[in-house]
Amino acid sequence: MPRWITTLASLAVLIGAWEFFGRDINPVFGSYPSAILAAFGELVRSGQLGAALYESLRPFVVGYGLAIIAGVPLGLVIGRFRVVEAALGIYVTAGYAMPLVALVPLLILWLGLGFAVKAAVVFLMSLFPITINTWLGVTAVPKSLIDVGRAFVASDAVILRRIVLPATLPYIMAGIRLAVGRAVVAMVIAEFFTTISGLGAIIINSANNFDTATMFVPIVVLMVLAIGLNSLIGWVEHRVAPWQAEIAGRDE
Amino acid sequence: MGAIDLIDVSKRFTLRVDGAEQTVQALSDLSFSVGDGEIVALIGPSGCGKTTALRIAMGLEAASGGRITVDGVTVSGCGHDRGMVFQHAALLPWLTALENVMFGLEMKGTRGEELRDTAQRYLDLVGLKDSASRRPYQLSGGMQQRVGIARALAIDPKVLLMDEPFGALDAQTRETLQGELIDIHARTAKTILFVTHDLDEAVLLADRVVVMQHGSVQEIMDVPLPRPRGDVEALRGSAAFGETRYRLWRAINAQAH
Repeated sequence: MPRWITTLASLAVLIGAWEFFGRDINPVFGSYPSAILAAFGELVRSGQLGAALYESLRPFVVGYGLAIIAGVPLGLVIGRFRVVEAALGIYVTAGYAMPLVALVPLLILWLGLGFAVKAAVVFLMSLFPITINTWLGVTAVPKSLIDVGRAFVASDAVILRRIVLPATLPYIMAGIRLAVGRAVVAMVIAEFFTTISGLGAIIINSANNFDTATMFVPIVVLMVLAIGLNSLIGWVEHRVAPWQAEIAGRDE
Repeated sequence: MGAIDLIDVSKRFTLRVDGAEQTVQALSDLSFSVGDGEIVALIGPSGCGKTTALRIAMGLEAASGGRITVDGVTVSGCGHDRGMVFQHAALLPWLTALENVMFGLEMKGTRGEELRDTAQRYLDLVGLKDSASRRPYQLSGGMQQRVGIARALAIDPKVLLMDEPFGALDAQTRETLQGELIDIHARTAKTILFVTHDLDEAVLLADRVVVMQHGSVQEIMDVPLPRPRGDVEALRGSAAFGETRYRLWRAINAQAH
């Protein structure tokens, strides 16, 4: 049986149960799939959802993209060079646990209320899981592969680029995946605490109007977005690191 | 040319065991030499320092004392005058067989058409003409080690250093590869120093066997088998083979008493 059938069946059970039991709940306190779907149709028709999605995705893409561009090299050098690890490791570990919501007011003072601060919040939330995973991956590279580089007189830079980086790719991709979830959360936080905009604005406005069904629309959209990005990254991972799937001991 | 000399090589390192530091003397005043075109086997019980000696000869580890020379030149660090064949092949899993061989060549500075041609030629030499585009996980253990040998040979080193190259292979594959190494040696006349724990392998391949114990040479034994050793089967059945193997066995077992 193909795996997507299992996934589909699981979804059908969940949505069915939600629909069945959700209808008994006061619509202020909860909602159910068909009502959310109707609200979704309404938001799409009015053009509100498309505009909000676009507005939300811009800082998301920029912040998340910059986090990958900065986080991977940072993790590589921290993992590879003990001096850099001693100098910067603590900040990365601390940064991962940083209560970012508390820092948003400060970020607003620095960057204002607009696009920049939103991208910064997304960036800061997704940078650390990417860096930490890359760092962890580098420390797990088998010594024998490093020895190969050294035995053939490769420079440190060549060892880093041609041996450490590819050997770490599965970890890097795992970090990039983990960061998707955090980046989505960061995006909504930014929209709540800076200028209320995008999908976050739909959530807040409909909650204020006790329109719970509409409130659920962006939430579901964001979750679907995260699932979509996750499988996209999985697909990319399979393209850039095909050997990983071959040597992993997963049951079919 | 390709003579290699180990002169009073010693190696100490520090281990932390249960919080206490212990100094381990892995090698003490280890001296022996390998002549140009000669094959020498390093044998001894595990922990006797044979792999450490090979790694120091390669330059992967620094000696605490003494020195190693290749053709009279003291070595410091790794160099293209020595080619290393690793235990379990140690191929880069994201590269094809051909690209793995090319990697070593690229590090040596080979570029352009010569790069691909040379790599392909050495893959042909080890019998992997048609597997150039396979990745390591699509190769059997024996084929992987063939790529490892091709990678080391391709840079045309003076000396080939091999760390238990066939230790992880099944008996049949091991015998095939031993025969192939004999052929390769007959064709390239490379100096070879290899580590093994297999008595048959040592006798079959080596001109001399260095028996190690506690980090130094216990005995150096000549193998009185003629070269070329093309007919491996006849060789294994010969009286000289059996007698040499027995002497070697006695030398190693004498350590236990």
